[in-house]
Amino acid sequence: MKVSITVNGKEHHGDVEPRTLLVHYIREVLGLTGTNVGCDSSSCGACTIHMNGEAVKSCTILAVQADGSNVTTIEGLAKDGVMHPMQTAFMENHGLQCGYCTPGMVMAAVGLLNENPKPTEEQVRVGLEGNLCRCTGYHNIVKSVLAAAGSK
Amino acid sequence: MTITENKTTNVIGTRLLRREDPPLLTGEAKFTDDLNIPGALHLAVLRSPYAHAKIKSINVSAALKIAGVIAVYTGKDLQTTWAAPLPCAWPVTKDMKNPAHYPLAIDKVNYVGDGVAAVLATNETASRDALDAIDVDYEPLQAVVDLEDALSDKNIIHNDLGTNKSYTWPLLVEDTPGCVEEAFKKAKYKVKERYVQQRLIPMAMEPRAIAAVPQPFGGDITLYSATQIPHILKVMTALTLGIPEHQVRVIAPSVGGGFGSKLNVYAEELLCMALARKHNTPVRWVEERSENAQATIQGRGQIQHIELAADENGKITAIRVRIIGDMGAYLQLVTPGVPLLGAFLYGGVYDIPKAYDFSCTSVFTNLTPTDAYRGAGRPEATFAIESAIEALAREMKIDSFELRKRNYIKKEQYPYTAFSGLVYDSGDHLTAAEKAAKLTDLAGVRKQQKKQNVPGATKLLGVGMTSYFEMCGLAPSRVLASLNYSAGGWETATVRVLPTNKVQVITGSSPHGQGHETSWSMIAAEKLGVAPEDVDVLHSDTAISALGLDTYGSRSLPVGGVAIAMACDRVIEKAKTIAAHQLECAAEDLQFVGGTFSVKGSPDRALPLAAIAFGAFTAHNLPEGCEPNLEAQVSYDPPNFSWPFGTHMCVVEVDAETGAVEILKYIAVDDCGIQINPLIVEGQVHGGVVQGIAQALFEEAVYDGDGNLKTSTLAEYLVPAACDVPPITTAHTTTPSPTNQLGVKGIGEAGTIGAAPTVINAIIDALSGLGVKSMAMPASPQTVWKTIQAARGGKK
Repeated sequence: MKVSITVNGKEHHGDVEPRTLLVHYIREVLGLTGTNVGCDSSSCGACTIHMNGEAVKSCTILAVQADGSNVTTIEGLAKDGVMHPMQTAFMENHGLQCGYCTPGMVMAAVGLLNENPKPTEEQVRVGLEGNLCRCTGYHNIVKSVLAAAGSK
Repeated sequence: MTITENKTTNVIGTRLLRREDPPLLTGEAKFTDDLNIPGALHLAVLRSPYAHAKIKSINVSAALKIAGVIAVYTGKDLQTTWAAPLPCAWPVTKDMKNPAHYPLAIDKVNYVGDGVAAVLATNETASRDALDAIDVDYEPLQAVVDLEDALSDKNIIHNDLGTNKSYTWPLLVEDTPGCVEEAFKKAKYKVKERYVQQRLIPMAMEPRAIAAVPQPFGGDITLYSATQIPHILKVMTALTLGIPEHQVRVIAPSVGGGFGSKLNVYAEELLCMALARKHNTPVRWVEERSENAQATIQGRGQIQHIELAADENGKITAIRVRIIGDMGAYLQLVTPGVPLLGAFLYGGVYDIPKAYDFSCTSVFTNLTPTDAYRGAGRPEATFAIESAIEALAREMKIDSFELRKRNYIKKEQYPYTAFSGLVYDSGDHLTAAEKAAKLTDLAGVRKQQKKQNVPGATKLLGVGMTSYFEMCGLAPSRVLASLNYSAGGWETATVRVLPTNKVQVITGSSPHGQGHETSWSMIAAEKLGVAPEDVDVLHSDTAISALGLDTYGSRSLPVGGVAIAMACDRVIEKAKTIAAHQLECAAEDLQFVGGTFSVKGSPDRALPLAAIAFGAFTAHNLPEGCEPNLEAQVSYDPPNFSWPFGTHMCVVEVDAETGAVEILKYIAVDDCGIQINPLIVEGQVHGGVVQGIAQALFEEAVYDGDGNLKTSTLAEYLVPAACDVPPITTAHTTTPSPTNQLGVKGIGEAGTIGAAPTVINAIIDALSGLGVKSMAMPASPQTVWKTIQAARGGKK
């Protein structure tokens, strides 16, 4: 099936199998491997991207469903070689260790602040419920998100 | 001269931000499955749906017809491919039973997930479609899933072994023969407890991934793997596949967490390599999460019996421990050794006489093999002693902190030779515990508890503690030899000062989230008087770092990091002879401060390291016999383990109506000696603590009676999310290790070791008024509720 998807500001036209997941389209067809796959039950959130400005798990969407939409992946977050404030906040607060959940976590966190620019600690914890991290115990992830919110 | 006495650049101890982060934060980092490998075939593995069954026949003809499928192999097809079975490097006893274990089962499957057939296809989708088309005729056999059942040998898993028992490993230390029994006879107080360490699934966020790339001519092969152990893997795959070791190169790209689950030699690594060689084309494989739950090792899986004998003051006079260890269906790389890593720690941080009777019997079950999971043996041991000491305090009707104080090894007893003969390097348990109590406001919580936990109250307050030791920094090679481990415990480092005074550090450690690049650059910067950003750290590629023993057992800093400091010393020593030659003085008259050699007392006669590095490169004016270039390589075998310690405390509120547990406060006071980078240390503690909390409250690999894993996805296996866990308050005391020049100890596993018993002890404390004396893990609301009901029933 033909799809046309704008990813990180660039329009891509492709022909995909109907069963192709958006995450596989992003990783395998476009070669944007920053978006990771951590599970097969839509539980971990490692594949979180933005679709039309909203954080979504790209393993829950077929590529054909994204036809005509505007997608931002982790590769599209930094601008002109400068990291997004959320990325900087994660670095400054040691909000990542192995880094595998990180792209999804950062995209989810940016999405969270888009909806709620000044969240409480509790709101950050609940807001990131769909993203699992095995390294950090979340302490510094929460700290990073709160720091990014403060810097806005 | 130690680094702590002679700080020159003040890099060590700073919260330097991690150089690893920008590529990971921007999606630039490459994990194994991100690698672009043209022409690679995709491997998929058909897994047994039965825990125990004979394979009667396998029909692959339909699978071969699927477009894109290149080949399908069964265990029998590949039988002659293997030079040796999958390796177990730790035959703990001479008579240990170890069933032959091949990458694909040959005529019998022994756990759900055991490999049965391998498909190669031009794309991943075709490879997975082909799995569905393979027809296997199984004859199901009775599955053995319960440890005590396994021990009875009613149903035997590996017929050729004649028993389900793999080994019994005893550690009996008695001052005089029979003194343990004597101590129990004479004891004023005794406790006898049974604990179950449930099976856990490590669940590193990156599932395993592999790519084997052969050279079309010459026979060389490169293995990319999401592994913690590229160096060990190189040796082991060479042996298992019969490939000359120098033709194997192993690279661990960015690795997304390990926690022990990537500390292994796996069937899929051997399959990729063997089939890549057979087909002369690259072969790659990536694990699905549900495959990861079944076919990657699991952790824990022990039944523990512990008895304490104590005198009238509560001073422990003897300890007796009996363990049944769950090996699963086969022995993986260090499976049988895991209980041994805990065997020395059932005395905890206490001053125990030579009256210690430990024995572990390990059995096979029809379940996924177990192996080292964060802490490996030590969380189990710590849980047992720290729970049993609470039981002893209840028996004596005294405060458990007071009981601990009566038994702590005292600061002035260090270095302390333990009952086992092991020497604990340094410690100050009381100071760490008092700091934790203060941060917890223990007195205030106790006061509040009296007010709150009145008869009929629903929300019950509890406080729990654990004082732990972590025997880590694996390990002195001679000690490993005495435990029958097949390898050593050293680590290597190469330090090279390049002509322009930039520094290369090459390490045998293999990080997967621990931030070694940052920390190792700090060590070299401190030593050589350069900026950390002028130090490059290379690792995880056996063509660059030829020798190493990799990352596990909280060993990277106390072994690998110390090796770097030693290599820097050697570089400085050589540079000093060159400086002396060029400054025309004696080497003894030179001092090296802040990256510059100067003549003591004549600071104007000086040469910076940069000048010497360039001079060593041009080699125009070197002393007689001095080789060009500034580099040194060190292989460091640590003289002792490292012994971090600390006290964790937590405050919980348990809802007696629903069984829900809320952690109100979690305090971790850890002492890992000198901290190279406190930012990274805290991160390690946070993550470790949450994995321990997860064992206490959420996680369990649940099997049904037929050996089916009921928690094979992240929807069923409850890895906690941010909203499930509390913020962690971290603090530390600093008791440098006297064993190494940096004064450092490991910290990777400490959090996990301390947390599970801390949480469980707090829950029991909250419910003690209801008669609750024990709590199974995970303490889910249902388990807690049932335990309360049982205790209330017992009171009637």
